[in-house]
Amino acid sequence: MKMQNLYRQIIMEHYKRPRNKGLLEDDRYVTEHIRNPSCGDDVTIQTLLADGVVKDIRHEGSGCSICCSSASVLSEVLKDKPLESALEVSRQYKGMLTGEDFDADLLEDAIAYQGVQDFPARIKCASIAWQAFESTVKAGDDDE
Amino acid sequence: MDVRRDFPVLDKEDLAYLDTAATSLTPRRVLHRMDEYYVNYSANVHRGVYRLSHEATRLYEDARRAVAGFVNADADEIVFTRGASSALNLVAKAYEPEIGPGDEILISELEHHSNLLPWQQLAKRTGATLTYIPLTEEGRITVQALKSVLTRQTKLVAITHVSNVMGYETPVRELSALAHEKGATVIVDAAQSAPHMPLDVRRIDCDFLAFSSHKMLGPTGVGALYGKRRHLERLEPVEYGGDMVEETGLHDATWQKPPLKFETGTPPIAEVIGFGEAVRYLEELGLEAVREHEKQLAEYTLSQLDAMEGITVYNPTTDSGIVTFNIDGVHPHDVVTVLDQEGVSLRAGHHCAQLVMAFLNQTATLRASFYVYNDHSDVDRLVRGLQKARDFFAGFEEGLR
Ligand SMILES: Cc1ncc(COP(=O)(O)O)c(C=O)c1O
Repeated sequence: MKMQNLYRQIIMEHYKRPRNKGLLEDDRYVTEHIRNPSCGDDVTIQTLLADGVVKDIRHEGSGCSICCSSASVLSEVLKDKPLESALEVSRQYKGMLTGEDFDADLLEDAIAYQGVQDFPARIKCASIAWQAFESTVKAGDDDE
Repeated sequence: MDVRRDFPVLDKEDLAYLDTAATSLTPRRVLHRMDEYYVNYSANVHRGVYRLSHEATRLYEDARRAVAGFVNADADEIVFTRGASSALNLVAKAYEPEIGPGDEILISELEHHSNLLPWQQLAKRTGATLTYIPLTEEGRITVQALKSVLTRQTKLVAITHVSNVMGYETPVRELSALAHEKGATVIVDAAQSAPHMPLDVRRIDCDFLAFSSHKMLGPTGVGALYGKRRHLERLEPVEYGGDMVEETGLHDATWQKPPLKFETGTPPIAEVIGFGEAVRYLEELGLEAVREHEKQLAEYTLSQLDAMEGITVYNPTTDSGIVTFNIDGVHPHDVVTVLDQEGVSLRAGHHCAQLVMAFLNQTATLRASFYVYNDHSDVDRLVRGLQKARDFFAGFEEGLR
């Protein structure tokens, strides 16, 4: 297994220079915090949903490059997408990590994580930011 | 120490296994003993009077004698448990009726969660005060530090013998003597010491001592609690059922003598027998020799890491075969993935010791831990892997400039 297939340049770039990082004190955002107790990865995602569209995503956390970068990539890929499309991307992304069929065109930069499927011990690292995102929009449902 | 051939995993995999502090590999001899149980005399213990059951009981109690001898205890002072965690929980539960508001329980930030949470919860349930023995700047528990917090109210002192992250050895004998002066009971977590050094509970004079089979070449699912006879006789059982009862009436019952009083239900019989074989194997190697072997490997590792740029070691004065460190600027998870590709198995994370991580001001670290089957070539392989990991991730930094 080639290390370069897991650690793509774009992943390391988002790790070192994360986009949309830092949480906001804004009630309109729904916040979800996920911790992986077995390894200490820790991610918080904030989503601003308006008119059925993901208007903004913020993130904060600590952990490995796969985990932290995926929060940053997610924030870029999903921003300004209608909620339905965002959730579809999330579904395809999960399918990719677990080695199922997936629609590569939908994934945009998140395709960089394709190599994770060959490193089963790291699937969790690549998943938790996306899990947290899904919870923010589901938590949002509950409020309504 | 030339024992690699005794370990089937190392036959199958070309591996530098450096995660014994999490769990050790199992030698063929131990596996063979456990097979024998299922093949030759697979019957319950302490029950049947037929030949098979008698034989199973004999081997089970032989194992108890072996484990007792290993720490210089008497056989009836050894309770088999599911492991160190369940042994420590047993003591915490058994002491609950004797602890109340105003009492103090002393522990330290050096503890594994298994010797922290049982006491934290005991304090919460009983209203007792949980106090932390202050660590030295280096992160050690000293006699002086215990003196500074020990009072007449101190009922329990629960401390690690060897830290699973820092590798420091706690002066448990001196600490026990001091705690006993104030009438406190001393519980020692020996999960990381029993596998690696000669242990003598009479000499330490602790009241309880807990350890796990799977960290000392035995199978998972079993461990031991040593307890002074008078405590085991006085304390009430924490679980009730078959085997532990002497006479059952409609509304009350009487208990067997210790240790059976604390061993209800069918135990993991094959595993106990395997545990017994593991300690015999270790005794044949000699625990002084085991300790010396690991110390040499740790010292060699420290000198190699010291010569490398961009490595921070957190326990350069380790007393054992545990070395804890990080590659600067690279998350330990990312490092172990590279090492795994190089056939080096290493632990990354908080090692079930989040208070130690807080003390080190880290969220996670790498940890190499050595045992009888490791040698200098494993360390060389680790160092080559670390160089590779460091250079690999530094390469991305170049790309970002
Ligand atoms: C110092 C220490 N105490 C307790 C334990 C718990 O042992 P077990 O998981 O076998 O119950 C461990 C093992 O991780 C340990 O290192």
